[in-house]
Amino acid sequence: MTETFDSFALVAIYSAMGVYVVAFIFFTLDLAKRSADAKPAAITASVGQNAAVGGRATVATLEAEAEAVAAPPRRVERVAFSLTVLAWALHVVGAVLRGLADGHVPWSNMFEFSLVSSAIAVGVFLFLQFWQDLKFLGTYITGFALIVLGVGTVNFYVPVTPLPPALQSYWLIIHVFVATLGTGFFAVGAGLSLIQLLQSRREADKTSRLKFLGTLPQADKLENLAYRVIVVGFVFWTFTLIAGSIWAFHAWGRYWGWDTKEVWTFIIWVLFAGYIHARATRGWRGTRSAWLAIIGFGAVAFNYTIVNLFFKGLHVYSGL
Amino acid sequence: MSRPYDHIEGSGPPEKSDPGITQPALGLTGYLRFFWRQLTSMRTAIVLLLLLAIAAVPGSMWPQRSSDPNGVIQFFSKNPTLAPVLDRLQLFDVYTSVWFSAIYILLFISLIGCVIPRTIYHLRALRAKPPRTPARLERLAVFEATELEPSELDPGESGKSVDASHAIEAARSQLRSSGYRVALYEGAKDLSVSAERGYLRETGNLVFHTALIGILFAVGLGGGFGYTGQKVIVEGQSFVNIKGAYDSFTPGRFFTDAALQPYRLTLDNFEAKYEEHSIQAYGQPIDYTAHVTTWLPHQKGVNSTIKVNEPLALGGSDLYLLGNGYAPTITVRDGQGNIAFTASVPFLPQDANLTSTGVVRVPDALPKQLAFLGFFYPTAGQLTTGALTSIHPDLRNPVLTLFAYTGDLGLDSGVPQNVYALDPTGLTQIAGGKSGAPAIELRPGQTVQLPDGLGSVTFTSASPNAAANDWSKSVPRYISLDIHRDPAQLWVLLFAIIAVAGLLSSLFLPRRRVWVKAIDGSDGRLRLEYAGLARGEDPGLAAAVSAIAERHAQRLKA
Ligand code: HEM
Repeated sequence: MTETFDSFALVAIYSAMGVYVVAFIFFTLDLAKRSADAKPAAITASVGQNAAVGGRATVATLEAEAEAVAAPPRRVERVAFSLTVLAWALHVVGAVLRGLADGHVPWSNMFEFSLVSSAIAVGVFLFLQFWQDLKFLGTYITGFALIVLGVGTVNFYVPVTPLPPALQSYWLIIHVFVATLGTGFFAVGAGLSLIQLLQSRREADKTSRLKFLGTLPQADKLENLAYRVIVVGFVFWTFTLIAGSIWAFHAWGRYWGWDTKEVWTFIIWVLFAGYIHARATRGWRGTRSAWLAIIGFGAVAFNYTIVNLFFKGLHVYSGL
Repeated sequence: MSRPYDHIEGSGPPEKSDPGITQPALGLTGYLRFFWRQLTSMRTAIVLLLLLAIAAVPGSMWPQRSSDPNGVIQFFSKNPTLAPVLDRLQLFDVYTSVWFSAIYILLFISLIGCVIPRTIYHLRALRAKPPRTPARLERLAVFEATELEPSELDPGESGKSVDASHAIEAARSQLRSSGYRVALYEGAKDLSVSAERGYLRETGNLVFHTALIGILFAVGLGGGFGYTGQKVIVEGQSFVNIKGAYDSFTPGRFFTDAALQPYRLTLDNFEAKYEEHSIQAYGQPIDYTAHVTTWLPHQKGVNSTIKVNEPLALGGSDLYLLGNGYAPTITVRDGQGNIAFTASVPFLPQDANLTSTGVVRVPDALPKQLAFLGFFYPTAGQLTTGALTSIHPDLRNPVLTLFAYTGDLGLDSGVPQNVYALDPTGLTQIAGGKSGAPAIELRPGQTVQLPDGLGSVTFTSASPNAAANDWSKSVPRYISLDIHRDPAQLWVLLFAIIAVAGLLSSLFLPRRRVWVKAIDGSDGRLRLEYAGLARGEDPGLAAAVSAIAERHAQRLKA
């Protein structure tokens, strides 16, 4: 039974990767199309905001409505987005099947981390669309998912194994799940900050070869979006830290011991606290805080990969 | 955005006082004040936070004495020249190092210096009325206006239609019921209500930062009054909670022996379950359970279990199951036939299949002292080289091999010795290795004579009456317990929960000011103005002002 579920899981995962590739291509085509569409005058235009703000005579709303009319329909993007939804559904099915094969939650080794964290990152991206149109991040997110899922499946795949005693705790379920949720939000936030940096460079000298930027929101709008996504990630990360210490307390008898993974969870938390402060401080807002958001996410990625694989510590459960 | 920290931050150079009086002292206070202001500024907080993150990195690159003391010893022996240099820089004690401590102490001083004035400011703001309505609301970030014709307005019961004072009264009660604090103001030609909500945002922020200080103190004090210790217990053996009974014991700074509450604990039985079904995971551990009996003074024994994620709370401390292994029972008779040694010796596991090594020292053996370096294989199998290895962690084919030595063990020299390692310098090997004689190989229940009439070694079986091929109980197991007491741990948790509550309200509650202004027109028309100002992040401000305006106009209309 276990083997059947596991092989079906792999089928679903490989199919998801296939569809992600196509979605990635379509998102990239859309960016190319955006470059073609972008007129120099469009520099100050900002689309990508749902007109959900509503209301009557506010200046902001009028602007938003005008833009909604002006923005050309993004058919290619819509196709890409639908494909992403499909790929994600396959991806989730893959994760669920793997969990059924395991007989426990599917996040106890590197392969399963990659599987679940990429699914959550894409899930966060998809669900954020109900709040804001962030489809322009599609290339970034599908690319990210492909890399994580691809490397995870090809390089880190391990067959189903029982949970070692140290991992048999519902704090594990909470801790790791919340950590991957936080990662998903940080990933989207870093993408927004990245585009913010490109955008503010373009706004400064108006000569960017990345013409599609002209169809994207302005830098300060991107900065606000990034902030709102990242603070949600930060709250999840705070929970990760606390749930992790409670788990450590049950498993090893101390809630904090500066073990390698604890160190990195702490570093990431402190970096994003720095980011939040930077956002509230003159001279640090804007480009500098955007860099902090990217560095913070870089630390998350480092933690998942290099630290898991090469650093020694109590958290030795990469399964490799 | 006049947030309190803006109020504190960068408010000019230190004020000059009367230059007539002693200059140096003034210069010093001025300098101190300048320094204090720098330290408690947001900019410094960011820099210190980033420094803290960077300073934490080396602790993950090199082994730390606190979490991995053996790793440090290994690093020293592998890198004899580099290690002392790193040690000088405290890179094996990063989190207690001078430089790491300096950063977080500065950060927390900055935090305290930042939180106290903001708390005072906030307490004042909590009691103050919302500020006077700006004269020109249309200058604010969010602004809406409508004019209502007399025909649109609710005529009311008296027949006199709604005017500015009615409108403002309606706005006041509407805003109050949606949680705003309100104040009425009268301008030259207008009436207005000024409203503010979301004080809880700043409260949450202050609670969050204060809780961080609480966590730091609780961690510091808890560590100071607590202790941690390790104890290895073999099946059937007992442990009494006194300092001398621990294998290693680390007291906190303020620890006294009185913190050790008396109790006794016996390991009745240790059970390990291994995967049987999955082929890929065959032999991986699934469950460890230690069955123990505990006695508190003047009470009957209680049966309990300790599992990996389920510590046992006993006598104010928590007992954790951190490790386990085999403790073969070895009896040595010396050349004169006397029992010179008999004990179950804990062997240190070397791999997942519990190939284990251990040392037996027999200083009482006559005519010569004896020592043995042992290898234990719970399920022995042969490598292609002919060497033995364990192929399963359970007891299926237990084999003990021993290298034997004679000579002066140096136990009288007072130099502390590692109980799990044997330094062969000065000893003569008489079995195994280069001695020419084969290593001693034993199964449970067997005895072998040592060369040269030096005596004999017995590997005693713990289940002498078991069936012929049932080895499952033949060798006792041991557990390694970590025993901790941290009287502040609940405080740490409590402060952490408070911090999260503060964080949530500080990040997600909007703080905003809203104004509604009503102006009576000459022709019975009523002009209504609505404006909002965000204080901090407030993405929903425009929508909120629109909703207020809509509901308000609805109430006034016919
Ligand atoms: C131990 C170090 C610190 C940590 C971990 C930390 C963490 C945080 C976090 C997570 C937030 C966002 C949530 C909230 O507003 O409650 C925040 C906000 C804030 N912190 Fe800190 N903080 C630290 C030290 C400081 C210091 C030293 C200051 C003063 C200089 C300060 C001033 C502020 C201010 C003014 C905000 C509000 C920012 C905003 O409105 O977005 N913090 N801090």
